[in-house]
Amino acid sequence: MRIFDPHIHLTSRTTDDYEAMFAAGVRAVVEPAFWLGQPRTNVGSFTDYFDSLLGWERFRAAQFGLSHHCTIALNPKEANDPRCTPILELIPGYLAKDGVVAVGEIGYDSMTTAEEKAFAAQLAMAGEHQLPALVHTPHRDKLAGTRRSLDVIRESGLDPDRVLVDHLNEMTARMVLDSGCWLGFSIYPDTKMDPRRMVLLLKKYGTERMLVNSAADWGRSDPLSTRHTGEAMLAAGFSPAQVDRVLWRNPVEFYGRDGRLELDPPPAERARRPDPALFEGNSVLRGVPA
Amino acid sequence: MSADPLSTASRRLRENPARIRDIFPAIGRNVGRSPARPGDDPQGLVHGTRDERARASLVVTLAELVTGERLAAELAALYHGGAGAERAGVLRGLSALATGSPGSLDGPVAAIGAGLHEDALRANDLRLVAAAVGAFAARHLDRHLWRHAVLKCLFTGIPLAAVAELERCADAELVRMVGDFVAERRAAGRPEPIDARRVLILPV
Repeated sequence: MRIFDPHIHLTSRTTDDYEAMFAAGVRAVVEPAFWLGQPRTNVGSFTDYFDSLLGWERFRAAQFGLSHHCTIALNPKEANDPRCTPILELIPGYLAKDGVVAVGEIGYDSMTTAEEKAFAAQLAMAGEHQLPALVHTPHRDKLAGTRRSLDVIRESGLDPDRVLVDHLNEMTARMVLDSGCWLGFSIYPDTKMDPRRMVLLLKKYGTERMLVNSAADWGRSDPLSTRHTGEAMLAAGFSPAQVDRVLWRNPVEFYGRDGRLELDPPPAERARRPDPALFEGNSVLRGVPA
Repeated sequence: MSADPLSTASRRLRENPARIRDIFPAIGRNVGRSPARPGDDPQGLVHGTRDERARASLVVTLAELVTGERLAAELAALYHGGAGAERAGVLRGLSALATGSPGSLDGPVAAIGAGLHEDALRANDLRLVAAAVGAFAARHLDRHLWRHAVLKCLFTGIPLAAVAELERCADAELVRMVGDFVAERRAAGRPEPIDARRVLILPV
């Protein structure tokens, strides 16, 4: 089973996770820029984070055989803090870089006017840079928030085929499918969505435009939930080709149209090299086991 | 017999209000940090912890000593310079002012206080969220943000007993939001939050 996790916050994860992901078949990831547990209070906090997504974390992932990409944006929650919003002026510079495969996560948190302003402005940036957009749907008031997100996407003039709407569930999947956008589902241990419910949704809506991710972060989450979903699909009678479509080909198609994905040559096996590469003098591997 | 530590701290503060910067972070070491009413609030989210309440009391004392722009600036500095427990103390202090001495919340203090509440409601630390749904939020927070704050309590498992003046402030839009949340949980085959009933039965 080859797996592309299209949404995972690896800066919050350990090297044990990286090893387990590689062993489970994960070979490529997209790490969306998002909020941290502790709210940011200034623009420099964002630039260091973005640079880390493009630098250190990419290097770290490669050490464990994973091809790492990211999405860049001012997230909805921090769009409410006027100390953070000036980062919007610096984001276009990041969107030109290799390794940045979309604008995201953008969208709503509490559905404020400040969030809407940043959301619309960044959808426009996606259009200007010919990048897809990753839209986070709010945890609270999700139904109303998803409906309003689709309105904002429609008003932006962006091709819905270039937009992935994430964190969907039983209440919100249908309206996103009808909008022409791509559908993202975050499989969590017991909250947003789980493998059993995901299989039911795939049976109902098919495998086209459907993406499954772990959204693993600093909270209780599982970086192997993509694999668990693939196994649940097989157990429910889906074919290996259908599993491959959801877990690999769909994310590759969505994120890969602009030639920014680097899946080949596979970075695998680097972790076993006797002389690991260094990033500013640090290899992550702390030497090779005897 | 030694004096009650909060009284001692308050006396020192009255002698010199600038001491708040030293007294405020340290008070937990003197009064303790456990839930104020562990019997009916074992997490300390509804009634706060002993140190949060002591800090709230220090805020009330401070408001007797300095007012207006000066008080607003001091509260903002205590909040932004503080760790979680200190921030929660500032928020509970603002709620204590809202109920005990509303006159001190005129103009700049109310404006700064609303901004601090908005900041706390974006946090993931439950102590902060719980401290940000007190009387100040009920009386001074934007209605849209207040509804989202109530929903965030339901979402994160903070008892709705922590929400001050819930019955007075609840409106049809809040009931709609909570109803949608319950429907979403049912569609997912997950248990609905017990406290959702508290909102759904309100006559709005």
